Amino acid sequence: MSKYLLRRTLGAMVVMWAVATLVFFMLRAVPGDPFTAMVFDTGDPTAAEEMRRAFGFDQPVYVQYFKYLVQAVQGNLGTSIYGSRVPVATIIAESFPRTLSITVLAFLIAVTIAIPAGLISALYKYSALDHGVTIVAFLGLSMPDFWLAILLIIAFAAGLGWLPAIGYAPLSEGFGAWLSHLIMPAIAIGTPFAAIIARMVRSSMLEVLRTEYVQVASSKGLLRWQVLLQHAFPNALIPVITVMGIALALLMAGAVVVENVFAIKGLGRVLIQGILNRDYPVVQGAILIVSGIFVLSNLIVDMLYAAIDPRIRYE
Amino acid sequence: MALLSVRGLELHFVTPAGRVRAVNGISYTVEAGELVAIVGESGSGKTVQAQAVLGLVAQPPGEIVGGAVEFDGVELLSLPEERMRTLRGRRISMVFQEPMTSLNPVLSIGRQLTEAMRLHLQLTRAVADERAVSLLGMVGIADPERRLRQYPHHLSGGMRQRVMIAIAIACDPLLIVADEPTTALDVTIQAQILALMQDLTRRLGVALVIITHDLGVVARYADRVNVMYAGRIVEHGAARDVYRRPAHPYTIGLLNSVPRLDRPRGVRIEPIPGSPPDPAHLQPGCAFAPRCPYVVDRCRREEPPTVTFDDRHVATCWQTAALRPESG
Repeated sequence: MSKYLLRRTLGAMVVMWAVATLVFFMLRAVPGDPFTAMVFDTGDPTAAEEMRRAFGFDQPVYVQYFKYLVQAVQGNLGTSIYGSRVPVATIIAESFPRTLSITVLAFLIAVTIAIPAGLISALYKYSALDHGVTIVAFLGLSMPDFWLAILLIIAFAAGLGWLPAIGYAPLSEGFGAWLSHLIMPAIAIGTPFAAIIARMVRSSMLEVLRTEYVQVASSKGLLRWQVLLQHAFPNALIPVITVMGIALALLMAGAVVVENVFAIKGLGRVLIQGILNRDYPVVQGAILIVSGIFVLSNLIVDMLYAAIDPRIRYE
Repeated sequence: MALLSVRGLELHFVTPAGRVRAVNGISYTVEAGELVAIVGESGSGKTVQAQAVLGLVAQPPGEIVGGAVEFDGVELLSLPEERMRTLRGRRISMVFQEPMTSLNPVLSIGRQLTEAMRLHLQLTRAVADERAVSLLGMVGIADPERRLRQYPHHLSGGMRQRVMIAIAIACDPLLIVADEPTTALDVTIQAQILALMQDLTRRLGVALVIITHDLGVVARYADRVNVMYAGRIVEHGAARDVYRRPAHPYTIGLLNSVPRLDRPRGVRIEPIPGSPPDPAHLQPGCAFAPRCPYVVDRCRREEPPTVTFDDRHVATCWQTAALRPESG
């Protein structure tokens, strides 16, 4: 097991290195650089040259690359090239909890709704209830998250006035304040995720209900809920977890867009601002963190497999 | 009074393609402690009639059109599901065909073995575990304590079927229905499993219904046999009588189509020509008529009569009196 974890950690490092490298060179493949634009108003060409030198952008690209790698390994992600030159690590440390809050909340809401919905759909196959769930799922899947976000703001913030339209409150200001700011973004990005999970639970459960071991469980005279929840459900969950792992990407991507709608300064907003400003160190740092989250969530999914299915053992 | 008595059971399936007459009025009995075989080929309705007896046929698409099933003095077909459930696994248990797929892959052997005991007999975990160990011992599994903690994928097909048998006898049932319990196993393992089932049921006084397509199984282990064809029982009697003096052309065909050691060398194995009828489109008269070498005109027009011989050997055939050898 520890050997397996070690191997996975090494693998994760390779993936993150590849992502870092790709991002590093892609940013620089775009013609021009941020400094020319920054000093354009001053009309002083030497100012741009000075800034380039200050950030080391006057050096050959490969030198910059190796410097970046060496610093990144030491945990130094550089500083923003704008304003007071805040370290990228600080920017991420500030914004990441917000994105994490949204995605975790979105995940919890989605799973809490999707699993019962999928189970009901499977158990009452082709009933009105099943059709209802199917229609809602397809609606949820087809609606762009930013559009759903705007609808939610119109309804619950502008219309009913129940929730704040924009902004973020940290948990330290109270659970209520935190939740009221996050519930709409979480629903907006969790909806397509929930739709996928509900459909997956349905089809997987239907498949498992046809298996012989479920029939055996019935033939033992077990209670219906025992047959369904103890015998069928854990088996149905195995493919669902796979899909959950893949669909986590949806949540992260959703967060990037939806944070902008709700003006929450999370990782997504930092990333987009960084891209628009061509703030190289910020973009590099943010993407590195996102890739790290992906690698970590994949690892968690694989661990979950082993917890549910005794046939899976990692050595 | 018989432990299980099935009378005129008729089961249809309503499908988009039409009404499938899977079981067409079968009757048989099982006495306490007896080993009864139900023989037939795929699609003869032998498995589905057993599922109907245990109330395991989903309705719809299944539909019990007629008949009665009495078990231990209780009429089962009209029994509410909740009471039926308390019989299942407790008084009647089932062993399935595919040991590789009949155990739940994510639950431990111990869990699957003890859950019915804990539910039906209200045993505590410790008592149930203790009994599970002795049950595994009874079905010939070595090192039972370790096996209880293992999962199905740690066990071979033969061992899994032994576990299924242990599950079946766990709550001291009166009747076990075994649906092709050895078909999926290697020949050498087949004999072991059958001998084990015979031995256990004899020792515990449990009645056993073995559903099989293998007449060899019948000859060696069963007390009585029912031969099914196209949803009907076409012949029944003591296993020895049916084997030595078959009275229905289908049974004769079955016996001729398997290799037998008690036949002179050089006698060819004769397969039954044709294939079983489509139960969605049964013709009038005898369902076996299109494949029968002894067919006469009447077979195609009229339902064959049920002829009973003096030794309680029964066949449903127009020609049966002419076919049955006088002595074995």
